[in-house]
Amino acid sequence: MKQHSGALGRLATLKQLAQRFAFLSLAMAAFGLMLLGKADTVLVERMRVAVADAVVPILDVLSRPAGAIADVVGAVRELATLRAENVRLREENANLLHWQTLARQLDNENRALKAQLNFLPDPDPSFITARVVGDTGGAFVHSMLLNAGAHDGIRKGQAVIAGEFLVGRIAEVGGRSARVLLITDINSHIPVLLENSRAKAILTGDNTDRPRLSYLSTSSNAQPGDRVVSSGHGGAFPPGLPLGVISSVQDGVVRVEPFVHRYQLEYVTVVDYGLAGILPSDPVSEGRDR
Amino acid sequence: MKGSLLQRLDHGIRHLVPPGLTLLLILLDAVPLHLPEFALVVPLLPLIGVYYWSIYRPDLMSPVVAFGLGIVNDVIAGTPLGVSALVYLLAQGMTASQRRFFHGKPFRIAWWGFALVGSGAFLLQWALVSLLIGHRLELHAVLFEFLMTMFSYPLLSWIFARAQLALLRSA
Repeated sequence: MKQHSGALGRLATLKQLAQRFAFLSLAMAAFGLMLLGKADTVLVERMRVAVADAVVPILDVLSRPAGAIADVVGAVRELATLRAENVRLREENANLLHWQTLARQLDNENRALKAQLNFLPDPDPSFITARVVGDTGGAFVHSMLLNAGAHDGIRKGQAVIAGEFLVGRIAEVGGRSARVLLITDINSHIPVLLENSRAKAILTGDNTDRPRLSYLSTSSNAQPGDRVVSSGHGGAFPPGLPLGVISSVQDGVVRVEPFVHRYQLEYVTVVDYGLAGILPSDPVSEGRDR
Repeated sequence: MKGSLLQRLDHGIRHLVPPGLTLLLILLDAVPLHLPEFALVVPLLPLIGVYYWSIYRPDLMSPVVAFGLGIVNDVIAGTPLGVSALVYLLAQGMTASQRRFFHGKPFRIAWWGFALVGSGAFLLQWALVSLLIGHRLELHAVLFEFLMTMFSYPLLSWIFARAQLALLRSA
């Protein structure tokens, strides 16, 4: 009897040891993955893309009712501000009519000048419209998953646009999923210009709502309200895409309010400007095409 | 014989409830809500799943399951691979080792325990992500996320308790 319980006790100790060993090896594996993510980005990206491809169809289904709920909430909110919104739109309309006249004049003038110069127009960019199906929100990353990928023609580094405004770029591409890195993410650095003063800077995200302008020369005299557009340097984006307006200038830190907020993104346009950009080509999506 | 096969199948499916519900929370966390209030602070719902099931069914929320759920969460959320895996694994280990303490105790004790595990998990996640991206992230957003998660705990733990009573009592 005593021998029997001794054997059982040994078995229990062994089991406990095995469990501890399994726990420790899993913890080591997690650290290993973090290091691997730093060292071999291609392999880790392949893993991420494979899982994302599997999950995106489910997220696609889940995000539809969420979209409907958001529509209802939005409608109620609009009802509350209907009158004020109407007044604002009337003012804006008057303002825009003025600009429309000006734009027509300039358009005619531009066409005449281009005809005189034998100007070769840029080829029209091709684009894909995709739904945002995954957005975890939160403080750690500013990125979202789209329900389109390499099969639909999306490539790494392409510009992501909502309306006329640049919101980010494609960071990872799978067969039927893609991840957008938003301009507010800490890994986002975009060469920009201040539209009025033509001062150059880099728009650097820091995982807050308002990214910062770095490397802006102190003589640029940046003012709140100045429009910030992409400069086209580095070849990742074409010049002139609007991103936001300067919201504050404090102690040399210039912050930009993006035109489009993260929560507003439901459909985005992925545009192929035919720019190779500064990013290395993407072995994952290229491998899938072959 | 056929009956026993069906029974085993039934048993197996019931045992998928804890990881399945936690996986559902990961997916729910990722659904874009298009509401300005929720854009910046999103509660870390899967952590509640890992914590709850580590107390009441640690056999079904094993270290391997917690690790796997963490990997899935990392991929969907876009956090550096391995961060959530380690956070969930440690939360599972910490909770499962102390689970006897929570058995038969009132709800507020379990909630208080979640506050402890949750604050540790959020701090660890903040430290790891900051280290891996080489930039100290702002703590106040993380604090808000922690509070949101804390306030989501009662509802989710109530749902989990219903699911446990309905599906796992016999198993």
